[in-house]
Amino acid sequence: MKPVLALAAAAIAVAFLAAVPLYADAYQLSLAITLMNYTVLATAWSLFSGPTRYVSLATVAFFGIGAYTVAVLAERMAWPYILLIALAVGLAVALVVGLSTLRLSGVYFVIFTFGLAELIRQIVTWYEVNVTRTLGRYVFVDIDAADIYWQLLGLAVLAFAAGVLIRRSRLGLALRVIGDDETVARHIGINTTFAKVALFALSASFMTLCGAVMAPRWTYIDPAIAFNPVVSFQVLIMALLGGVHRLYGPLFGVVPLVLLFEFLLARFPNHFSILVGLAFMLIVYAIPQGIVGFAERIARGKRGAA
Amino acid sequence: MSTPLLEISGLTRRFGGLIAVDNVSLALMPGEIMGLLGPNGSGKSTVLNLISGALRPDVGSIRLDGHEIGNSAPHRIARLGVARTFQLVRILPSLNCRENVLAGIAFGRDALWGHAAEQRAETLLARVGLAGRAATATGELTYIDQKRLELARALALDPQLLLLDEWLAGLNPSELQQGIALVRSLRGEGMTILLVEHVMDAIRSLCDRCIVMNAGRKIAEGAPDAVLSEAEVIRAYLGDDDA
Ligand SMILES: Nc1ncnc2c1ncn2[C@@H]1O[C@H](COP(=O)(O)OP(=O)(O)O)[C@@H](O)[C@H]1O
Ligand SMILES: [Mg+2]
Repeated sequence: MKPVLALAAAAIAVAFLAAVPLYADAYQLSLAITLMNYTVLATAWSLFSGPTRYVSLATVAFFGIGAYTVAVLAERMAWPYILLIALAVGLAVALVVGLSTLRLSGVYFVIFTFGLAELIRQIVTWYEVNVTRTLGRYVFVDIDAADIYWQLLGLAVLAFAAGVLIRRSRLGLALRVIGDDETVARHIGINTTFAKVALFALSASFMTLCGAVMAPRWTYIDPAIAFNPVVSFQVLIMALLGGVHRLYGPLFGVVPLVLLFEFLLARFPNHFSILVGLAFMLIVYAIPQGIVGFAERIARGKRGAA
Repeated sequence: MSTPLLEISGLTRRFGGLIAVDNVSLALMPGEIMGLLGPNGSGKSTVLNLISGALRPDVGSIRLDGHEIGNSAPHRIARLGVARTFQLVRILPSLNCRENVLAGIAFGRDALWGHAAEQRAETLLARVGLAGRAATATGELTYIDQKRLELARALALDPQLLLLDEWLAGLNPSELQQGIALVRSLRGEGMTILLVEHVMDAIRSLCDRCIVMNAGRKIAEGAPDAVLSEAEVIRAYLGDDDA
């Protein structure tokens, strides 16, 4: 009975969220898009990084690939084809990167993924400056804010569904074993390379599509906007603040931090990065388990005491 | 005459200038329990790491049931039915006891999933003396219970060949007796076992044959009592004084 109830609750929540563009004003819809954007990114991030504990800073690499593909292909073909091509490019990069880097562990992986995003940004910049001789592109597609919001909601639903299915599958167990002890994982018959690359690619696919869907938000994009490294850090902080050991955990980080970042960006535009860094340190120091883990510990403590 | 389940010949592995395993050969018959002895640093764990695929041999061959596995990935070797424990016990800390065993059931030979897997996990936990502890967090386990859990996870692979690396080390005398009885009961099921061990009682009561290593080389082979009284073996142990 319980899964049925959960499904019903999820359906009601989605229906409610889907109705947001119908009664929200422009500012509220814009905020809702930002929230949904980070929900997709943080959930996608924790699909892979949550169970495996491989901390990736490549989020914006894939997000940017999606956004840039749209900028290049806009007006040349129908929207669904653009999304498919963006997905294919993101997936291809994810597979190559996954196969070549997932042998790295710990801090080396973190640094590599950060470097990857910067590398792709530099390559795109070089190409635009030297080959197309345009740094920056206008994104002309006939897609309004409500369309963007609905597409992001669709991605969020898919990401959650993927997360639920994976958690119940053998693959989900394999990822948790990998997160605990990769040596043991190999010696009990888990093809760790396959499991890691599969999830890295799935996670990257959602990030790529998210970037593609978001591209029309900016009428103008250049590599610095599409591949802004702060995005990777923000997604990481949100996922950690919410807690990655539950699928819905990142949500609890996305909502407060999107609001906080909006506020900081409006009030302290020049010190934004520093303040993000401070928020990061505070979160990791104060609640290493994330909000959900913290709440569960308190609940357990209460039950234990009673 | 039957063929060996495990046949190793001329196995050699270097770490930089150090020859950790030096031209070692051995054969294990199906159902046999063989002890692998030797002072610390003599290369015993390295032999287990080579068989289980954690390391690749520099020279030599390792055959399981006639098939060369020397260059296979560890997960492939595990799926062929080679399970192992680790010298420093390695359980999966964020998984509970049931999940630790399920992890062994879900990916090994004849892997199971779902209800059948859960039932098998309960059976295996009971088998190693952890009945009723399925939902226990690993952080609450005593040292011997961790070792039991690690063994249950290895047995979950339904192994043809079980590699135990000092699995009996660090147990108190009564736990040791339970541990020996547990390993002996596996022999009753026809499992083939290669065990690295320092505990002489365990070696005498469990092993059909022993191999003694020193500085990477095999220096003796035979029945436990005979081997342990050989001059070179005594010298190897006295020289190192850690047995
Ligand atoms: N991964 C490794 N890298 C470098 N040296 C190693 C490695 N594993 C083992 N050794 C060395 O190989 C030798 C044999 O080690 P080991 O097989 O662990 O011995 P034993 O299990 O008999 O105590 C030791 O000198 C050890 O330091
Ligand atoms: Mg050893």
